[in-house]
Amino acid sequence: MNRLLTAAWDWFDARMPTVGEEWRKHASEYYAPKNFNFWYYFGALAILVLVIQIVSGIYLTMHYKPDAGLAFGSVEYIMRDVPGGWLIRYIHSTGASAFFVVVYLHMFRSMLYGSYQRPRELVWIFGVLIYLTLMGEAFFGYLLPWGQMSYWGAQVIVNLFGTIPFIGPDLAIWIRGDYVVGDATLNRFFALHVIALPLALLGLVAAHILALHDVGSNNPDGIDIKKKKDANGHPLDGVPFHPYYTVKDFAGAVVFLAVFCAILFFAPEMGGYFLEYNNFIPADPLKTPEHIAPVWYFTPYYSILRAVPPLFNSQFPGVMAMGLATIILFFLPWLDRSPVRSIRYRGAYYKSALAIFVVVFLVLGYLGVKPTTVWGQFGFEAFFLDTKDIATWAARLCTILYFAFFLLMPWYTAIDKCKPEPERVTS
Amino acid sequence: MKKPLLALLLAPVLAWAAGGGVRLDRAPIDPNDLVSLQSGARTFVNYCMNCHGAQYMRYNRLTEIGLTEAQIRDNFIFTGDKVGDTMKVAMTAKDGKAWFGVPPPDLSVIGRSRGADWLYTYLRSFYRDSKTVTGWNNATFPRVAMPHVLWTLQGERSYEPAKGEWKQLTEGSLSPVQYDALTRDLVNFLVYVGEPVAGKRKSIGIIVLFVLGVLFIFAHALKKEYWKDLK
Repeated sequence: MNRLLTAAWDWFDARMPTVGEEWRKHASEYYAPKNFNFWYYFGALAILVLVIQIVSGIYLTMHYKPDAGLAFGSVEYIMRDVPGGWLIRYIHSTGASAFFVVVYLHMFRSMLYGSYQRPRELVWIFGVLIYLTLMGEAFFGYLLPWGQMSYWGAQVIVNLFGTIPFIGPDLAIWIRGDYVVGDATLNRFFALHVIALPLALLGLVAAHILALHDVGSNNPDGIDIKKKKDANGHPLDGVPFHPYYTVKDFAGAVVFLAVFCAILFFAPEMGGYFLEYNNFIPADPLKTPEHIAPVWYFTPYYSILRAVPPLFNSQFPGVMAMGLATIILFFLPWLDRSPVRSIRYRGAYYKSALAIFVVVFLVLGYLGVKPTTVWGQFGFEAFFLDTKDIATWAARLCTILYFAFFLLMPWYTAIDKCKPEPERVTS
Repeated sequence: MKKPLLALLLAPVLAWAAGGGVRLDRAPIDPNDLVSLQSGARTFVNYCMNCHGAQYMRYNRLTEIGLTEAQIRDNFIFTGDKVGDTMKVAMTAKDGKAWFGVPPPDLSVIGRSRGADWLYTYLRSFYRDSKTVTGWNNATFPRVAMPHVLWTLQGERSYEPAKGEWKQLTEGSLSPVQYDALTRDLVNFLVYVGEPVAGKRKSIGIIVLFVLGVLFIFAHALKKEYWKDLK
């Protein structure tokens, strides 16, 4: 049996030479640092979630109807009459949120260990492009169930483009394909969600991994493992990705799937955060819901949008701030001037800045799901108080800190007192 | 308007905040109580289904709550519908709008959008109000278009929104305790209809988590086996 398999593989390999070569280059002879910790699971998990989303998405597409009159009913048809349909739907809806959880933790890992620094700038840029594409993918997908939140969420976000001076209103109509979100919008969002953006995502993920494997993986110590090699030319602190990290990531994937399934089977709505309650009401263009909030993974940016005061009766500054908050991520490799990569050897300035950034991001995220009155109002009058909502002012402070983290980075990383890096990885 | 977009973005939020919440009673529902689900189904078909449908729910799915197809045919289907049909209502949305101002919503997933506690409180907080078109109002959903369909059971009550005082004007055919039990069963049924697969979902979930737990033991052992040489 074994001989037969070997012969079959040799036959295949002789006619398709790149497969064996790529396997060696990216798995069996790709040397990854041996000191990866908890934070290094999330890259592999992101690929797992991508596969889960594509496979479950294909099954949903077999039964879903991208038609304003039929969409809501077709989702309920999937939930009730399609055998196993409820499972596929919950896998896909839980997967959407899981994708963002995993991607946010993966991005945070880069900030902890300076993975975006030279020579991995391109890996980071592809990563940010994946993140932005994922946001688009999630936004387009959220319209498809055609519930109240789908409809009004899309209405609000498309209106953001309408605030762009001069071209805005026409641009918004061009995006919707109609004067309001309607059947034309649903149909084109469906096309973008099931074909255009998944293709872009797959391409970007491939580019992300190829770029990474060209320069090699960073590690929790942030030092270059290629500097110390053995007699065979392999890094002393490196291990072949396969089998070492394939078995390790497999164990990590099982733990991840346990959490994923616990949510999927016992709390698929996740208290209204993964599936919003209002989205169980069919879309009604004539009835604005009482409370429109984007899904949780967009709320830090939504908070920034709400926090920025309008200028000349235009909300464009808020939209700009929201856009810049994501675009600024691209520049991170050049904003960071620290001589070391890892948080382990950074000084107090970067450690404090990153801690504040995490708190700010979480607070913005929290405020984005709540009404601006959530923390009450100031009890005094003042000329500069255009709004008395405490939460709005908190969001403004957080917005300033969010941008300060990036814009002041060239300064505080340059003067930070870093510790010396070790010669070899430490754990 | 000074801030048109912001107003569009925030108006609903502010409205929600200003609306104030009615304190909701906790609905003592039990998805495993088949007698309660069957009683709820009976109330639903006899009272609700004159105006509201559950257009995504099939009659024969009620076999899951312990009814036979013959029982469903004899007691639940008053029209020419077949037992495999969905629980649609004969009233068109257009007629509903003409008669009530808004078409009565489909109740297939009302348990998921409103939640059990809201429904339980709502069904128990109708009161007489001469100022409304139907002569009825609701403390949980002020100025609701729906009249008190269960009034013969609960009797007529009055309510002072400012004082929060309730008064029984006429007796219904059920005692307050019996009426609470009836609405509890109805809400239990509506929650079940919202996601009929919920019970099955949880029982499958336990098996899946168990399998993943066992798989983790092997996956972890495999990882340790490979990595032990590296130390």
